[in-house]
Amino acid sequence: MKRAFFAVLTRDLKIAFRRVSELANPLLFFIIVASLFPLAVSPDPEHLRSIGSGVLWVVALLSSLLALEGLFRADAEDGSLEQLMLSPVPMGVAVLAKVAAHWLVTIVPLVVLTPMLALSFSLPVGVLPVMAFALLLATPTLSVLVALGAALTLGLRRGGAIVGLLVLPLTAPLLIFGTRAIDLGLYGESTAAPLYLLAALAVLALSLGPIAIAAALRVGVE
Amino acid sequence: MKLPRWFHLFGSPPFVYRLAGILSPWLGFLACALLLVGAYWGLFATPAEAVQGEVYRIIYIHPQTAYVGMMAYVVMAITAGIGYIWRIKLAHAVAVSAAPIGASFTACALVSGSLWGRPTWGTYWEWGDPRIMFETLLLFLFLSYLALRAAFEDRDKADRVSAILAVVGVVNVPIIHYSVLWWNTLHQGPTISKLDSPSMATVYLIPFLIMVAGFTLCFYWLLLKRLRGEIVERERGTRWMQELLQGGAP
Repeated sequence: MKRAFFAVLTRDLKIAFRRVSELANPLLFFIIVASLFPLAVSPDPEHLRSIGSGVLWVVALLSSLLALEGLFRADAEDGSLEQLMLSPVPMGVAVLAKVAAHWLVTIVPLVVLTPMLALSFSLPVGVLPVMAFALLLATPTLSVLVALGAALTLGLRRGGAIVGLLVLPLTAPLLIFGTRAIDLGLYGESTAAPLYLLAALAVLALSLGPIAIAAALRVGVE
Repeated sequence: MKLPRWFHLFGSPPFVYRLAGILSPWLGFLACALLLVGAYWGLFATPAEAVQGEVYRIIYIHPQTAYVGMMAYVVMAITAGIGYIWRIKLAHAVAVSAAPIGASFTACALVSGSLWGRPTWGTYWEWGDPRIMFETLLLFLFLSYLALRAAFEDRDKADRVSAILAVVGVVNVPIIHYSVLWWNTLHQGPTISKLDSPSMATVYLIPFLIMVAGFTLCFYWLLLKRLRGEIVERERGTRWMQELLQGGAP
């Protein structure tokens, strides 16, 4: 089972790195949209500091939606998804590997970029570790949700717009706890509680999410 | 587990169609009667409350609609889950029928709550309040369930895919319920569910409970009516439905 997990993971990573331009799109989107806010709202550092964490979280959510089209679609079209289902490996394990690959190639770069953008929003340096940590804990859940959206809309020819409707409401708890951790960090208080809750959500999503995704994929490829 | 023999009848569209036809007028009559009695009792026959004055009378609409909205989601998720696991088409039909009703009740709860919030909290909408946020989320879940269904042309596929979404979204219901305990914000804590010592005077409690019963029956009445419509649409190709339709109204 472990071998199957890593086989799927390395395969997906290989495919991802052969299409580097597709990898870069969500990142560029992230940077561009985040830099629109100072232009649209106000370049005043005081102001930017107060909206910064929220803006970065929302933009990170939106750009992770951009990357989901490639998650299962290509595999469903060339039949490799069906092969995975026919194999003796439980589908949940394969799904978990695919989600992990998606997380590594699209979301980890976002998490790396966020502290830099946070600096440009004049958030204090002291809060950056909390922000990076909160993002690292929240994004696995986000990846699972995005994958669920992609799986649910697999049977549709164009699922793009509707995935946002499905996924974004479910991400509300991540946003609440994520920005709360940063706010507590800004005031120098203990950030443990929201981070624990993010970790709990991640455990829930990673353990039960793949089952739901696998069920949705089965309906999708029929 | 061995099911009683009559149990399989609930998977049969003609039986359920007829049963719903027999039950729905009774439910409708009872629901209307309870709602009228409860509304008169609550709005006219009880004294104004000491702290809030007349505004408190929202408790005869708002908690009930919010509760029915959540109940509708649970009904939808359970029936969708049953439909997905055992591939019972009728269960999917119930889930589809529950969604728009639940969405309407949730919208009513949000609107009535915000109208009440203006004179008491001083704001129509409080973004910081978790219960409001998760109630809004519940509305979005109903709407995204319906949107996902509408995106599929094949009904069978729509049933099964949307069932997964309905089951996943059920996480939200306990969060709404406990949100007033987990976060200390504007929304007040539980009043009625503390069964041993409800913090509401009996004068208010009786019409309150009548309204709860009235709205609950109202939900099931609407559910049965929608279910009948849904069955007609799903079974329009079958012989019994053709015979029924040609024979005039049942």
